[in-house]
Amino acid sequence: MNQAARPAAPAVCPACMPLPDWARAVGDSAKVEAPLRRFEFALPGVHCAACITRVEDGLASLDGVAGARVNLTLKRVSLSAADVPGMQDMALQRLSALGYPAQPLDSAALAATQQDSEGRDLLARIAVSGFALMNVMLLSVSVWSGATDATRDLMHWISAVIALPATGFAAMPFFANATRALLARRLDMDVPISTAILLALGVSIWETAQSGAHAFFDAALMLTFFLLIGRYLAHRTRAAARSAAAELAALEVQMAVRIGPDGAREQVVLDALRAGDLLAVAPGGRIPADGVVVTGSSEIDPQMLTGETMPEAVGPGAQLRAGMLNLSGPLTMRAETLGEETLLRQIARLVEAAEASRNRYANLASRASWYYSHIVNILALAALLMWGLLGGDWRMAINIAAAVLIITCPCALGLAVPAVLTAASGRLFKLGVLLKDGTALERLAEIDHVVFDKTGTLTTGRPVLSNAQTLSDEHMALAMALAEGSAHPLSQAIALAAQQRGIAPVRLSDIAEHPGFGTLGLLGGQEARLGRAEWVGADGDGGARTTAWLRLGQNPAIELVFEDDARADAADTVARLRAAGLGVSLLSGDAEGPVARMADRLGIKTWVARATPAGKVEYLQSLAASGHKVLMVGDGLNDTAALASAHVSISPASAVDASRSAADMILTGGRLGRVVDSWNLARRARRRVLENFAMAFGYNIITVPIAFAGYVTPLIAAIAMSGSSIVVSLNAMRLGRRVK
Amino acid sequence: MTILAILIPVSLGLGLLGLVAFFWSLRNAQYDDPDGQAERILSDRYDDAPR
Repeated sequence: MNQAARPAAPAVCPACMPLPDWARAVGDSAKVEAPLRRFEFALPGVHCAACITRVEDGLASLDGVAGARVNLTLKRVSLSAADVPGMQDMALQRLSALGYPAQPLDSAALAATQQDSEGRDLLARIAVSGFALMNVMLLSVSVWSGATDATRDLMHWISAVIALPATGFAAMPFFANATRALLARRLDMDVPISTAILLALGVSIWETAQSGAHAFFDAALMLTFFLLIGRYLAHRTRAAARSAAAELAALEVQMAVRIGPDGAREQVVLDALRAGDLLAVAPGGRIPADGVVVTGSSEIDPQMLTGETMPEAVGPGAQLRAGMLNLSGPLTMRAETLGEETLLRQIARLVEAAEASRNRYANLASRASWYYSHIVNILALAALLMWGLLGGDWRMAINIAAAVLIITCPCALGLAVPAVLTAASGRLFKLGVLLKDGTALERLAEIDHVVFDKTGTLTTGRPVLSNAQTLSDEHMALAMALAEGSAHPLSQAIALAAQQRGIAPVRLSDIAEHPGFGTLGLLGGQEARLGRAEWVGADGDGGARTTAWLRLGQNPAIELVFEDDARADAADTVARLRAAGLGVSLLSGDAEGPVARMADRLGIKTWVARATPAGKVEYLQSLAASGHKVLMVGDGLNDTAALASAHVSISPASAVDASRSAADMILTGGRLGRVVDSWNLARRARRRVLENFAMAFGYNIITVPIAFAGYVTPLIAAIAMSGSSIVVSLNAMRLGRRVK
Repeated sequence: MTILAILIPVSLGLGLLGLVAFFWSLRNAQYDDPDGQAERILSDRYDDAPR
């Protein structure tokens, strides 16, 4: 059941099988001298030590390759090789000959290495602040246990020498963010953090110079240390989700087969296609670009693009859209304008517009920190003025203001959200749901309405024979005999239905498949046909339903009706959502009939049929305008814009690449019920975040008056800060433990 | 209290040693592929030339 969630391990490890001789020959071409370049490939198949050595050796033995290194964590191989044309193709061929289908990564890989350096950078800062914190703590303990006079001053000075450069390096991200926020005239969490760190250091140095009793070097370092851990957790969650999504994308190989002027076929990356290129599309392949059919006839399945389930017949001259699935026959097509007017680009524009509007979403943490930073800054200022004006002792006033800032500094707040998010995304991963965006979980918790796409989302996207009960055994046996050998989805549905009834096919001779029309065979001299209405010679009803016709000789033709079958847990999922008080509607590009039947079967009251991509967006916008927060679940290219404009969106792993990148979450494993589970988890995570906020708030209610009264010593600050951070982290971890 | 003059530099030095070791491991990409390193150790070929 859960195969799709673990696509990595193949059934048989390719490295455990002997290498075929022809694989060794691939790519042993002329010696080349050229500057080296780095190539990166996604390699979803690697999973063991033998895989690593096999891939690395296999690539290293290619001419022009200086080195290859597999990264098993990211499931990638990075190749340093001569920058000559064809190098990438050669490496791809060698990899697939070795048994590891690969996917070249270009801009994506660059982004990934940058991201990786961000993680390293944070780790280095954590290490420095941790080192400094431990040493300063050791020195502080001696002060707290009663060191006085010259000894205390010595300890403070050594602490200063450690703390100043350490915070200068480790807290740089906070300072940089705070400066950026102030320049944009905003206040975010980093502003009070930076003020607290700087003020703590400043006051401590001033006090040390005056031989004062209290220095907050350890507090400044502890703040930096805990907050950096929060940042690192958030970064890890994001990076893990991104690499999981990239791995999914790598499984759907996006290559096109180009036919050169000399008739030679070569695999090319989609980006390399130009208008006028001649492309070959094998049966079962996806149309790589908009264009027209040059030769061949076939049927194409437009469901990813339009949501319609009815296959369309195409022949020379017919228009093709990128993303459609070629069903039965091989096609040669000519790529047309790849510019602004392709359907893909139009949908991409809708997506961009929708995403721009959604980026305005402010997450809980930033909303909380907005209020928080105002209150904290005002409190500190009030403490300063009160003690300064009323007491007249400005040195003490500054000390107290610093203590207020340090004690209120959102150590726990900085951990409250990332810790919950890390725990929640780990749980989601176990459920087979990949989280692509941290705020998506918060947004998911807020929804009150769910909109489903029909084809491929509520349904499996595979047709089933729906009128099998009305057909006689002889007809079934005949249909099965004709359908058996074909890869066409309707044929497979017939064969499956016949198998379920335990029918054996009759023996036919001269079976021939006519791509785009149907299958022909001879039964005792009589011609048997299974296929499109006009080809079989029957009166079709004009395409309201998905049908095929069966005819033996001159007997009347028999109609076979197909329906897209609902996923096994679709009805249950809808019922659970409705029971939880959420509105559910169905939004499909398919015709009225199938949509109405599906809505009726699943108990969905509101449905819209024949919705265009723009129509879907409008529907969602009208829902949003009436105050609803909508979760959109969809998979097709026609849903992409809707996915991007909904409050939050989920896409099954079987969806097209564009949808997966527009959606906030990806559902692997094909179980629709995970939508409800994720929603429940999202609400629990939200509750946990709010609890954490409440705890951080409660801690402040206790400590702020103490700080305000001037009783906070560095020891109290250290205990309070670490205590609250640990409590908040433990509360977040409760989320990860309870596994159903 | 002269013992402090010895002990503080020693403790700082030890801490710094750890920090330098961590930075060395970070620079050597030890944290980039934890799964891969776990598998590579099973193979004999890296025994003489770890990488």
